[in-house]
Amino acid sequence: MPTTLEIKDLHVSIEGKQILKGVNLKVVQGEIHAIMGPNGSGKSTLANTLMGHPKYKVDSGDILVNGESIVGMTPDQRAKRGLFLAFQYPLEISGVPLAQFLRSAYRSVRGETKTETKGVGGEMISALAFKKKLEEKLKEVDMDPAFSKRYLNEGFSGGEKKRAEVLQMAILQPAIAIMDETDSGLDIDAVRKVAEVVAHMAGPEMGVLLITHYQRILEYIRPQFVHVMVNGRIFRSGGPDLAKLLEEKGYSWIEQEAAAAV
Amino acid sequence: MATKQTLDIDYTKYNFRDSDESYEYKFPQGLSREIVEKISQIKKEPDWMRQFRLRSYDHFMKRPLPAWGGDLTTLKFDEMLYYASPTEKKSRSWEEVPAYIKDTFDKLGIPEAERKFLGGVGAQYESEVVYHSLRDDLAKKGIIFKDTDTALRENPDIFKKYFATVVPPEDNKFAALNSAVWSGGSFIYVPPGVNVEVPLQAYFRINTQNMGQFERTLIIADENSRLHYIEGCTAPIYSTDSLHSAVVEIIARPGAHVRYTTIQNWSNDVYNLVTKRAYAHSNAIVEWVDGNLGSKLTMKYPSIYLLGPGARGEILSVAFAGKGQHQDAGGKVVHLAPRTTSRITSKSVSKDGGRTTYRGLLHVAKGATEVKSTVRCDALLLDEYSRTDTYPYNEINEDDATTTHEATVGKIGEDQLFYLMSRGLSEQEALSMIVMGFMEPFTKELPMEYAIELNRLIQLEMAGSVG
Repeated sequence: MPTTLEIKDLHVSIEGKQILKGVNLKVVQGEIHAIMGPNGSGKSTLANTLMGHPKYKVDSGDILVNGESIVGMTPDQRAKRGLFLAFQYPLEISGVPLAQFLRSAYRSVRGETKTETKGVGGEMISALAFKKKLEEKLKEVDMDPAFSKRYLNEGFSGGEKKRAEVLQMAILQPAIAIMDETDSGLDIDAVRKVAEVVAHMAGPEMGVLLITHYQRILEYIRPQFVHVMVNGRIFRSGGPDLAKLLEEKGYSWIEQEAAAAV
Repeated sequence: MATKQTLDIDYTKYNFRDSDESYEYKFPQGLSREIVEKISQIKKEPDWMRQFRLRSYDHFMKRPLPAWGGDLTTLKFDEMLYYASPTEKKSRSWEEVPAYIKDTFDKLGIPEAERKFLGGVGAQYESEVVYHSLRDDLAKKGIIFKDTDTALRENPDIFKKYFATVVPPEDNKFAALNSAVWSGGSFIYVPPGVNVEVPLQAYFRINTQNMGQFERTLIIADENSRLHYIEGCTAPIYSTDSLHSAVVEIIARPGAHVRYTTIQNWSNDVYNLVTKRAYAHSNAIVEWVDGNLGSKLTMKYPSIYLLGPGARGEILSVAFAGKGQHQDAGGKVVHLAPRTTSRITSKSVSKDGGRTTYRGLLHVAKGATEVKSTVRCDALLLDEYSRTDTYPYNEINEDDATTTHEATVGKIGEDQLFYLMSRGLSEQEALSMIVMGFMEPFTKELPMEYAIELNRLIQLEMAGSVG
């Protein structure tokens, strides 16, 4: 059974300020959805809320994974249910080598503990096997093997951080990956490189919820569904043509339409 | 996301008490000239040591408590026992050690033999054979490695030549106390040009009283020799003694390289007041690697006197203060010769209302030209109840000294936790990982088994899963 992520009439506020005003969306493992929209429309709020950032308060509505509400769950519990968030601004963690971090994360998410295999689908991996896997994935995202020994994101360039996010995604193999402006701050070549890796991963095994301001990444990751978010709501949904339209006409017309509709 | 942690190894549960009958001579509480004389008499010491102890006692009695540092007013000198026979200290049986502690040792992965030692059970060390063969190997190279009492008996000349030359009893109140009642500790002499390839570890001396209340350690590294000495262990040391006051002296002769690594984790009713000082002669290198966990109050500032041109000193210190704990630690470097260099790195973590203090001295004497020194202190506060302070003292008397001082205070951000947790780590795992990363500059200097043990301990403390 493919994993489904269902967002139902979601209202979210930050420090008392309402940001999301009733979002509805359903993403099934294997599908690629793009959420586009002007700055400040609530795209990143949606991404962070789905993953469970404590600053974002769900006022009403629900988020379901395979029919189970995850609203009260901590981020790690959500990760274990197959969600992944590629951060717009990945954090630096000093003194923690990337490889060590990823192995811990892999153990947690894929169900391996030190002494036993947890639950169904648990997967044991030896240090050596993990090292091999990591080297493989580093190659795929075009990162130098030396990165595995470097501290997590510390001193990484903007592009390297984004690549490292995709690397983490490739290692953890989520059922549904939420990508928050993975293309921002990257030059065209870097966008292509990162996008190709994601496109390669996307398929029956992984669903993608791609959040972006620009259409260019959609050249490489082709979504079946495009949604436009305006002022905390998904204002319009459509196919790839909608993305093209936005690229040509910008966001102002749709903002005007949204304003008129209120 | 709650960031308030419950780290609690509740040491009060483990207050062992020996039955009084097991001591051959029952010392009364408190300190007097008679007690000092009695200690010297029991140990059958030469007269000069007896005199030294008495001189130290006199100084201790008239010296006031330091007015700075942690709160020492609750220290009750009159209620303490200052000596117990080391042979009798081994009388506790493993069965008497509470299950909690055995469980802690399990979680830390402490080897069986060491557990017994840490539990206060002086059982026969199963690796005694290993110890003896190591000792034979060392002896062939002319290395002396024994407990300090034995060294006084067996190596009187070299002992007398160096003893108390680095830390005289008059240095401070607690050095005076230690000098009056010292017992146990390690004595090491490395002959010229000898490289001691394996780190010497105190727990190889497990049959001797090694972590006494007033241990006294003396290390002499002769010209161009090399030594790494490791002492202590990250597992909590359970003790009925509420005052630990050690003195460590190191003499690094020209060209010698000495590294001294300590990790201590005292139970949290203990005052840990230690004087550690090293002399580094020309082109010698001295490194203190010093980890402080546990205790009620630790006051410890490993010092290095750079006496000869080209000498180098490094102090790397970490402190972890939990509830009710104050770690007042740091380092002192005194540059007395030209072209000497030093580096002090201090890392501290405070949580649950714990308090850490960095207290450091950098002194560059007149005539000590072309000195280079860097000081860096990083503090990490895990909650708003905890506290950290930095007191750097600089006395620079030469214009061409290059000195830098950097201090940072950090908090674990909500965003950092969210980031790690989004990758499947629980809140505790994420916190542990950040703290371990913060400690990494220290941990990477440790031998692997110690590093693993320290990381495990951090995980345990963050998880609050013990006790």
